[in-house]
Amino acid sequence: MEVVPQRPVDAEEQRLIARLRAHDEDAFMELVERYSASLLRVALLFVATRAVAEEVVQETWLGVLAGIDRFEGRSSLKTWIFRILTNRAKTRAVREARSIPFSSLAQAELGDDEPSVEPDRFLPSDHPRWPGHWASAPQSWGELPEQRLLGAETRRVISDAIDMLPPVQRTVISLRDVEGWSSEEVREALDLSEGNQRVLLHRARSKVRAALDEYLADAA
Amino acid sequence: MTAIAGDQMVCIELVELVTDYFENALSEHDRRRFEEHLAVCGPCVRYVEQLRMIVDLTGHLDERDLELEPELREALLEAFRGWRTPSD
Repeated sequence: MEVVPQRPVDAEEQRLIARLRAHDEDAFMELVERYSASLLRVALLFVATRAVAEEVVQETWLGVLAGIDRFEGRSSLKTWIFRILTNRAKTRAVREARSIPFSSLAQAELGDDEPSVEPDRFLPSDHPRWPGHWASAPQSWGELPEQRLLGAETRRVISDAIDMLPPVQRTVISLRDVEGWSSEEVREALDLSEGNQRVLLHRARSKVRAALDEYLADAA
Repeated sequence: MTAIAGDQMVCIELVELVTDYFENALSEHDRRRFEEHLAVCGPCVRYVEQLRMIVDLTGHLDERDLELEPELREALLEAFRGWRTPSD
């Protein structure tokens, strides 16, 4: 499912676009059904309330209708739709006075030195035999039945852990791992360098892992 | 955490590089050190598996779908019909 950056439209999208340009209502509603839930989730990463997010989604669809005749297909239709969304959502976020730009939030988050695993889980660097090795190995999650790992409880723990992340880390992990965006798409939407995007993604994943680990230890 | 055990990767270094590894962003040299370490370190194998599991589990969160409000659906349908038949 990982997509080459700027993948152009495929045949299926090509047909949808043609139908849309021919003013086919079913084609439009098919797209709306397919993407609105994801559009709403992504909008909520940028704006504060569900009501505003819904307005942004609505504006996005109006933008799609207004622009479809000029859409050149250099990116996929999906990428193009979400680009419209993130542009509108960012504009709204500024207007709402949640106006700290992502780039400065990102700089603040990158400035903190955050180890992926608590340093005291490792032997000290002056240890005679095993410097920097695990002092206590990560506990096994292996005995857990698959069912439990995929269960509602686990999802809640992961979802809560994501909600607790600093804003840019939360946004990066949500776009990359929940919505399945490519790193290229995330970099463009958030105006991050590739390296910084990866650092923030790694921090986010590490914290979510730690949260699930803690939950499983307590539940054991 | 530098200058430990010559050029070999150690656990505390590896845990910082897992996403880089997943994304093929390590240099050839570091990728080899990463894999050589994994070949001899069970706890790090477990750590890497857990992080991969987190990526997979997070990828399933979108199944808790937000419902599209009927009003929004209606409004979009209306907008589409307005677009289809310009009033002027």
